[in-house]
Amino acid sequence: MDKSLDWQETIITAVIKTCGYSAVVFVILIFFFLLNEGIPALTEVRLGELLSTRWYPIENYFGLLPLITGSLLVTVGAMLVAIPFGIGTAVFLSEIAPRWMREILKPVVELLGGLPSVVLGFLGILVLSPYLRLLLNLPTGLTALAGALLLGGIAVPTTVSIAEDALDAVPLSYREGALAIGATKWQTIWRVTLPAARSGVLTAIMLGIGRTIGETMAVMMVTGNAPVMATKLTSIFAPVRTMTATIAAEMGEVANGSVHYHVLFLIGLVLFLISLAVNITASSVVFKSKKRAERVLS
Amino acid sequence: MKLARFALFLSLLILTACGSSSTQTASQPQTSAYIENKGSDTIVNLALAWAERYQAEHPEVSISVTGGGSGTGIAALLNKTVDIANASRPMSSEEKQQAQADGIAPVEFVIARDAIAVIVNPENPVRQLTLQQISDIYSGKINNWSEVGGEDRPIVRLSRETNSGTHVYFLETVIRLGDSQNKTLFSTDTLLLPSSEGIVSELRQNPNAIGYDGLGYVPPDLKVIAVAQDASGPYVIPSIETVNNNSYPVARDLYMYTAGQPSGAIEDYLDWILSPEAQAIVADLGFVPIK
Repeated sequence: MDKSLDWQETIITAVIKTCGYSAVVFVILIFFFLLNEGIPALTEVRLGELLSTRWYPIENYFGLLPLITGSLLVTVGAMLVAIPFGIGTAVFLSEIAPRWMREILKPVVELLGGLPSVVLGFLGILVLSPYLRLLLNLPTGLTALAGALLLGGIAVPTTVSIAEDALDAVPLSYREGALAIGATKWQTIWRVTLPAARSGVLTAIMLGIGRTIGETMAVMMVTGNAPVMATKLTSIFAPVRTMTATIAAEMGEVANGSVHYHVLFLIGLVLFLISLAVNITASSVVFKSKKRAERVLS
Repeated sequence: MKLARFALFLSLLILTACGSSSTQTASQPQTSAYIENKGSDTIVNLALAWAERYQAEHPEVSISVTGGGSGTGIAALLNKTVDIANASRPMSSEEKQQAQADGIAPVEFVIARDAIAVIVNPENPVRQLTLQQISDIYSGKINNWSEVGGEDRPIVRLSRETNSGTHVYFLETVIRLGDSQNKTLFSTDTLLLPSSEGIVSELRQNPNAIGYDGLGYVPPDLKVIAVAQDASGPYVIPSIETVNNNSYPVARDLYMYTAGQPSGAIEDYLDWILSPEAQAIVADLGFVPIK
């Protein structure tokens, strides 16, 4: 009996280990694939050309800056929507809403997260962008703003779900303690509950950013895809072209192994590095704040 | 017990495997042919209509039609994943080189003609433009409708994505006015929309916008601009008559490519496409028959 248990234990441990390691191995393999396909672009196209402001690959203009600024603008805009709405909704669900309302609202919000982005893209084209054009008197509604609002909407369910879990995990005694020393409900939320759940809330925001910067279909449908440099604040009211939309729109036609093909993989590499940077920043912030919390507690 | 069940399962498996292989050999003499057809989004509706009619008349042939763009179709032909590539432009010299490198001799068939219509929102009072004016609009020299006789509104330029044959054709014929030395490009703020539907839905609700698409794809609720070769020439609205008598200046041939001389079912299919019966379908879809 004991022996067979040992045996089972070994197998299960091995399976779990394989799963864990294979995730790491896959990421590394993908990274090397991207490097392998993307790095040749650096030798085929001059660096000055890659850092120029014109993207028109069928005539060999490979300026990446409009695509990078476009992606950053849409992502920052989307986070300005998703962070306040997402965290606000999470605080409401966890701290303010009565239990029965939470039991209904949370699954509904999570269901929204399951909506295919192409459906939201259709809503964006048919409802959001015409409305934005009339409301703000713009030449066209297919702008970075439409993309940011839509992506913000897409990121909200992810952010809400994870931030709410984090807030919910804060021990009730923290809130009771705060209320007992005379803090108002708002003071308790802002000074006690949110800081205590900081790492989970930050993770929620990071996953929201991840969802946003990688989103393709909805963005391709509503941002107009014009490769214009987005350097001014007013660029939010103009069309932009994001990195993901560029890869999605052009990868299908490109000849295998051509310069254009390698440049598209280079864009993929840039995207990968950006999400890596976001994740590293996030985890270092979480790590630091944990250390401080430990110091305070000890 | 377990073993017996396993043996039963195994024998069933072998039986079904044998069964399927025997039906395969049995069906082979009936010459069921499968034709894979892929490429230009401009041609995809036409190719689908042809495939449906042809399959109805020849049940032993099955034809699969997909879009994706001329470049996609030709790339697939060179990768040997399709039998017929649809293209709304002739093969480029790079693609021909690629074909040569892959040991393929592509054969070209002109299967229909197409006109590119320049379209605007029905509220836009502008009715006619010269090729030079359209070129100046798309290259960014003209930015307000008042410069071409319209209202004081900014011009929003709409175009298909760069992988569309229509995009390349429009660039060469309209923006560069057919001059191969001309290196004018689309203005950077031209919206590149991934589909004809994207262009149509934006044009429907935006009176600032100008767009272009194949004549077969223009819905009746949008306004088609009359185009003149130059300011002195007559302004012509695209239609089957004006394309066939060469008075409309923005018209082109549509192609199908095969890898090497076609034979068997593919040859029969291409012969049928050039027949009067199939060419009647061309006219029904708003394209222009070749004969």
